[in-house]
Amino acid sequence: MIRISRPALVGLALLGVLPFVIRLLFSGSEKYYLHLLIQILLWSFIYTGWSLMGRFGLTSLGHGAFTGIGAYATVLLWNFAGLTPWLGIPIGVAVAAIVALLVGYPCFRLRITGHYFALLTLALTEFVRLCIVGWRDYTGGSLGTQPKRYGDGISLYAMQFEPDRVLSYYIALALWLFGLYVWVRVDRSMDRYALDAASQDEDAAASVGIHVTRERLKVTALSAAMCALGGAVFAQYQMYIGPDTIAGLGVSLNIVFAVIAGGMWVLLGPTVGAVFTQVLSEGLRVTIQGSATLKAWFGSAAFALDTAIYGLLLVLFIIYMPRGILGTLIERRRRSDAVAARGSERTNASLAANGKRP
Amino acid sequence: MLELRDIDAGYDGFQALFGVSMQVAAGEAVAVIGANGAGKTTLLRVISGLLPASAGEMNMESVSLRAIAPHRIVEAGIAHVPEGRRLFPRLSVESNLKMGAFAPAARARFAERLDYVYSLFPRLKERRAQLAGTMSGGEQQMCAIARALMSGPKLVLLDEPSMGLAPVIVHQVFDLVRRMRAEGYTVLVVEQNVSQVLKIVDRAYLLEVGRIKTSGPAAELLASDEIRKAYMGL
Repeated sequence: MIRISRPALVGLALLGVLPFVIRLLFSGSEKYYLHLLIQILLWSFIYTGWSLMGRFGLTSLGHGAFTGIGAYATVLLWNFAGLTPWLGIPIGVAVAAIVALLVGYPCFRLRITGHYFALLTLALTEFVRLCIVGWRDYTGGSLGTQPKRYGDGISLYAMQFEPDRVLSYYIALALWLFGLYVWVRVDRSMDRYALDAASQDEDAAASVGIHVTRERLKVTALSAAMCALGGAVFAQYQMYIGPDTIAGLGVSLNIVFAVIAGGMWVLLGPTVGAVFTQVLSEGLRVTIQGSATLKAWFGSAAFALDTAIYGLLLVLFIIYMPRGILGTLIERRRRSDAVAARGSERTNASLAANGKRP
Repeated sequence: MLELRDIDAGYDGFQALFGVSMQVAAGEAVAVIGANGAGKTTLLRVISGLLPASAGEMNMESVSLRAIAPHRIVEAGIAHVPEGRRLFPRLSVESNLKMGAFAPAARARFAERLDYVYSLFPRLKERRAQLAGTMSGGEQQMCAIARALMSGPKLVLLDEPSMGLAPVIVHQVFDLVRRMRAEGYTVLVVEQNVSQVLKIVDRAYLLEVGRIKTSGPAAELLASDEIRKAYMGL
């Protein structure tokens, strides 16, 4: 079992009471802040799912396809077959995992990794988006569609909870914790070493007896399944799905950017990335909307500014902070601890040399 | 123990091995010698399943190895120490050793084998937490051999263990090979450093442009004028 440290427990308790703190502090805009938190948690889950494979050099731009498959399968099965999301979600997740295996198998067999893997998965995203747009009688095309509301909008059977923000928050929180649990399980497994080894030297990994293709397929299916689950829950919360919000290249790129920004190799890196990107995009939106000067300068193009800033930041992160925000902080702390330890050793040694007791 | 019959192999549109036949008996140390590009590395890659043979038969203790994936070949008792050592540079020494025991059967005996390998190479125990890529060439070779032993092999394939090492270190590495033999491992080593390797093996095969040119006891080859002229510059 996984042991939880004391600071983590305190953090969990804080997250548990957070909705009530918000209610006290911002009673007027409670819904807005909760919405922001829910978005952060849901995306954190999706980002964590992506980082499961991203950290092993498998840079997928295809995860926008998997979130899309999860969301659309769930909603379409509900709207047109009357199938409860309790069954629709597992189906969506399974379809995403199967698609991941179908795309992954030839890639890993033929040793397509790195740039070509990214391009191939990018094509997958575009393919899924085109399918969604083309199948507009069911999917609503590029306008998107909504799950049919069941009763008053809160229902266990229809898995609808959007009107109750506090409930939605706890659902998102539970999902996020589940994502962290999966990450830790993978991190402590033998598969993690195998994937790490394979990403450093595929031939050497094969020659020590690692079935590289199988290891990669396992993590790819898991990662795709998590993103599909995240997409489906996201759809249930938003009560709207569109090819731009939950499927497609924009989603893929957001995932990659957020995880790079937060840190790919640490447990909470994707979460930090989600906080960073959500706060950034909200901040930019509010600034741009509220600023007459920006609008006067750029006109309606001002609304595309956030994308430009995103792109610029991504370049800066890759150059100056390849370990991401959290990864860099942890690294720095470790280094300063090491320096401190060495320093105290040295003082001890010099004291001893002078014949004094430390 | 290992038997190859009429093995052909190659890469896209280029054949590297032509009808290679050879045997390695249990407990033997055998060398494959030859110049650059003779096909020595290809031969080892074929044996460990990294490159499929296009024709011929290959058996390990009378079990066919043809068309078997590399991880199965490791399970059959063959460990490959690849050319240029090929450690996982950003994993610690101990994690590298852990990877050597990746096969399920080996995993169960990980702790025991780790003790054994550390007793063979105390140097690695001192360096267990160091990143493998930051060690010296000789230590890396030691680590690569140790990693191969972690799978509990009967036969160890060594590809060019002296490559890129200073002469004094080469000596130490060949000493490691001698110790492996003393521990009861069967060894198949591929080398360009002909004069040195012939001193530590029982028999050798001479590979020239993908074909076995000659073979025999190491002492005989060491004394042969032809080999001395062509490969030792004497």
